[in-house]
Amino acid sequence: MPRPEISKAAIKAEAARLKAFFEESGAQPVEMDILLPAEVLLDLYGEDIRARAYVTHDPERGEMMLRPDFTVPVVQQHMTDGAEPARYTYAGEVFRKQEDMPSRANEYFQVGYEVFDGSDPAAADADVFARFAEVLADAGLHAATGDIGILKAAVAGLKTTERRRAALLRHIWRPRRFRALMTRFSDAGTVLRQQNLDRVRANLKDAEAPFIGLRTQTEIDSRIRALEEDASEPPISGSEIELLDDILSLKETLPHVISQLRDIAVDLPAISGAVSLLSRRSDALAARGVDVEHLDFEASYGRTSMEYYDGFVFGFYAEGRPDLPPVATGGRYDALTAVLGQGRSIPAVGGVIRPNVLLSLKGGA
Amino acid sequence: MVVKLGVPSKGRLMEKTFEWFSERGVMLSRAGAEREYSGAVEGIEGVELVLLSASEIPRELAAGRIHLGVTGSDLVRDKLAAWDSKVAELAVMGFGHADLIIAVPKCWTDVDTLDDLDAAASAFRARHGFRLRIATKYHHLVREFLKINGVADYQLVDSQGATEGTVKNLTAEAIADITSTGDTLRANHLKVLSCEPIHRSQATLFKSRMAHWTDETRATLTELTEKMGLGD
Repeated sequence: MPRPEISKAAIKAEAARLKAFFEESGAQPVEMDILLPAEVLLDLYGEDIRARAYVTHDPERGEMMLRPDFTVPVVQQHMTDGAEPARYTYAGEVFRKQEDMPSRANEYFQVGYEVFDGSDPAAADADVFARFAEVLADAGLHAATGDIGILKAAVAGLKTTERRRAALLRHIWRPRRFRALMTRFSDAGTVLRQQNLDRVRANLKDAEAPFIGLRTQTEIDSRIRALEEDASEPPISGSEIELLDDILSLKETLPHVISQLRDIAVDLPAISGAVSLLSRRSDALAARGVDVEHLDFEASYGRTSMEYYDGFVFGFYAEGRPDLPPVATGGRYDALTAVLGQGRSIPAVGGVIRPNVLLSLKGGA
Repeated sequence: MVVKLGVPSKGRLMEKTFEWFSERGVMLSRAGAEREYSGAVEGIEGVELVLLSASEIPRELAAGRIHLGVTGSDLVRDKLAAWDSKVAELAVMGFGHADLIIAVPKCWTDVDTLDDLDAAASAFRARHGFRLRIATKYHHLVREFLKINGVADYQLVDSQGATEGTVKNLTAEAIADITSTGDTLRANHLKVLSCEPIHRSQATLFKSRMAHWTDETRATLTELTEKMGLGD
């Protein structure tokens, strides 16, 4: 479908306008390199990023990557020489291969706003969302919100083994595998868990194979012990599985969701903290003039977008335009700062706007 | 305008391709000396034989520099993004069968399935500080497969040959490669995961959607497919 071409100059001007808005709100403008060392990004995002980012080679510095997003370099710069609290804004190109959707741009602008402030997470979340809502107000967009912290808290509170909780937490961002694990750990998976153990025991009786590779016998033994434990432990109770399902399928306006989550918290008290954070965030949003009564909330929202969003998540979409990527997306990524900071974590929340998508809507396309 | 037909330039794949065409009334042959990479076509007018490395045929089809090409379906799927928008399968040829599989050391008694591999990768990364390495040359296919199946904490390392040896040489923990009999895997103390292969490959005749098709070349293609009894 041919789209009216928007000039790069127009996109740059729009990006500058958006960035100026965030600067007026008190954010400090920052500039980031376009060529980034690939190692950190590859270790963080794994093969997914290799499929999406352009990797090139420098004879001195090794593998380099054309900036696939600003989040990582902004966090790194803040951790090296930023003082808390801090708010940053930036605008510039990012580069993404579009293997699955070749019609989408592989080089486009992003304007971002990031807040590093641990004093009041609910207020920081609301600050970011409200400013995005304000600067995008004329575009008639639909806002979607979620909170991965609720699901994380629910999993962390399951009455089962630490190993099962850890396995589920690890796959929160891969819904299909998460679902498979839920089944395996439930009553329905009892036979499967025993079969897994029997299969491995049968392998042990097999003729000895010579030991090759870096993975040690100790690692193999500890996995076998894990399978033994998994087969002998009672399943996660049907009522807890039901509660998880209830949370996963929550999709309502924010006030309704909060009241339903309070009901669920009676049976699953582990989510109480996350629910009260959600409620404080709702108040903070309302105080900033966001119409929370009509704000959509989906508990599964954001699970497939970025692995390191681990709390509040949001997106702004052009309704009736499924051909377009979201105009803006963002969320809380404390988990990412924890990985980058090697133990030292900084509460962080932020988001990006795609000025080219915004302009293509304004053009009435 | 002639229809350019790309065929692997050597080995069994070339011989089998020549046989397959000749059984259907089209004689392909190398012209001139044994080492000369040009060929002759008999039995139909307006088709030119281009001898190429099998691994370059996907790229040439996607660029539209050849109209037709014979290569493994694995190569087309791995090398071309959105492959079916660039080429169409005219015929699967019934030879060159090979499965793209994932294999791990046979001594890993705890790993048979993708679930196992994922669990092993998680523990491996925690212990060794880097992602479990899978050696392959089929980066795109393997990555997509593992993504769909929700395997995490792995990385792909490039291996263009002797991939089965990488585990013993400590440059990878597992491999993803093409196998037909599994002999090389067994000889290198590897076993195949019990899931469906990532892809079942065979030699396939492709038509380029990107090539410049004129009335003349279209007519030649119709004649060729009718003569050979291929459904277009």
